[in-house]
Amino acid sequence: MSKVETTRIPEKKLIQDFTVIQNIRLNARHFILELQSPDQLPGLFPGQFVQVLVEHSPSTFLRRPFSIHEVNKENRSIRLLIQIKGHGTETLSHIHILDKLNLIYPLGNFFTTGDCKKVLLAGGGCGVAPLLFLAQELNKKGIRPIILTGWKTKADIFEAEKYQQYGELLITTEDGSEGEKGLVTQHSIFRKEKLDFERIYCCGPDPMMKAIGKISKTHGIDCEVSLENTMACGFGVCLCCVTPTIHGNQRVCTEGPVFNTNEL
Amino acid sequence: MDLSVNIGNLRLKNPVMTASGTFGYGEEYLDFLDVSQLGGMVVKAVTSSNRDGNPYPRMAETPSGMLNSVGLQNKGVHHFVQEIYPRIKDLNTAIVVNVSGSTLEEYVEVAEKINELNNIPAIELNISCPNVKHGGMAFGTNPRIAAEVTASVRKVFRKTLIVKLSPNVTSITEIAKAVEGAGADALSLINTLLGMAIDAESQKPVLSTVTGGLSGPAIKPIALRMVWQTSQCVHVPVIGMGGIMNTTDAIEFLLAGASAVEVGTANFINPAVTTQIIKGIESYMQRHKVNTVKELTGALKIK
Repeated sequence: MSKVETTRIPEKKLIQDFTVIQNIRLNARHFILELQSPDQLPGLFPGQFVQVLVEHSPSTFLRRPFSIHEVNKENRSIRLLIQIKGHGTETLSHIHILDKLNLIYPLGNFFTTGDCKKVLLAGGGCGVAPLLFLAQELNKKGIRPIILTGWKTKADIFEAEKYQQYGELLITTEDGSEGEKGLVTQHSIFRKEKLDFERIYCCGPDPMMKAIGKISKTHGIDCEVSLENTMACGFGVCLCCVTPTIHGNQRVCTEGPVFNTNEL
Repeated sequence: MDLSVNIGNLRLKNPVMTASGTFGYGEEYLDFLDVSQLGGMVVKAVTSSNRDGNPYPRMAETPSGMLNSVGLQNKGVHHFVQEIYPRIKDLNTAIVVNVSGSTLEEYVEVAEKINELNNIPAIELNISCPNVKHGGMAFGTNPRIAAEVTASVRKVFRKTLIVKLSPNVTSITEIAKAVEGAGADALSLINTLLGMAIDAESQKPVLSTVTGGLSGPAIKPIALRMVWQTSQCVHVPVIGMGGIMNTTDAIEFLLAGASAVEVGTANFINPAVTTQIIKGIESYMQRHKVNTVKELTGALKIK
């Protein structure tokens, strides 16, 4: 089992003002911001995140971390998929086109790609955020993944056509209104006696990642999960976002957010 | 224009330092600023042996601030001396090591080892961490014990000894005088204020440790008051901190009586803020026709 890739030419972290070029409302609780950099984008990898400064929200003191959802190098733009959870994200959801947003990026490690051909991407709700960028990058390497996404109900599903473009999309809904009824972990692909994926990538609620990690272990499949712990800085100094690992407490913002489940 | 200040025998090129626990070992900031521009940097707390810190969650955002209960996570003084010191010793700023412990012996042991490092001109004795079960703040809330640990470390540490005070006391001046009397070269204040956050929906505390240390602009008025009171009653220099987010905040601390300032939580939000504050102090001095930054210390006009 491989350790999550952490050796790389480190990209310099930047503090930069981006311009909002799109603000797309997906449903009552989710929206996408497309942000354009004044300069060429640095090397960005799926799993990495940005820290966004939220202005005009007096109760929001710290930056807000978001996974990179999609990258358009030619346009020097990135997309963030954001769930409205509190005042900070609520304020961001009302941001106007051409407003500026200050970002610290690129932050964190990233999913290991390129060494496996048959892979599964499993995401629940807003946890799909880093998986679209991952599917994009896998495609560039000639890999067409299976993308399994779980939702509460049909009306919650967004960007299905995008996932279909990069891979084979499977859907579960809790009420059975679309795809298979049940949770992601109850999908029929897991009922096979022997799963033949070489790696599973997962991002979603903690119980889902734990369950997927367990399934992977049973089948002897490498599994990488992207964790989301609350953090103050995002670049390794506050030590607030730690998660227990076999190497002791590690920082989700720096040694993560991507961890191999064997290390957790 | 002269921005330099003296903290005991330690000369800082300007009065802006970074606060322990918010600046790592400096290396984490090399992408964002030129560390050699800083007056000094206080690196993450060092204890005698490895500490895992407290369980997650360790942080809660609060109105104009945040609570943390990291609990002195670090790999111990041996690791600092062997691995970290060689990497940072030539950063060309005053590197101050925050020394912590659970027992008097532990403080002495760590201070003794740091004393041998040529490029560490000072330590900040942390008798004010609110997030550890034993030691930490317990040493800094009783004048007799605060004096005892200061005196013991003074015997083994020959360079500049700064003692970091806790605001979680009835009278900070009483502790300040006791620590000064025991041989401290300078005082830094304030450490975080003990606080807590509750999630009303789950009816649970937000932090795993229930209570934690409050930092950020929320504590600035208290910090200013304590710096002002303390600087009135001791003869050693005071380093002020607590919610400094920008130049104006830093100037306020100098006026209240601080000889230098430490910037903490603000680094999380704007990692380049310290160098911006240094430039801001320069332009403030130009605007107010002040030639040496020392003139600002305690220059508060109370009619």
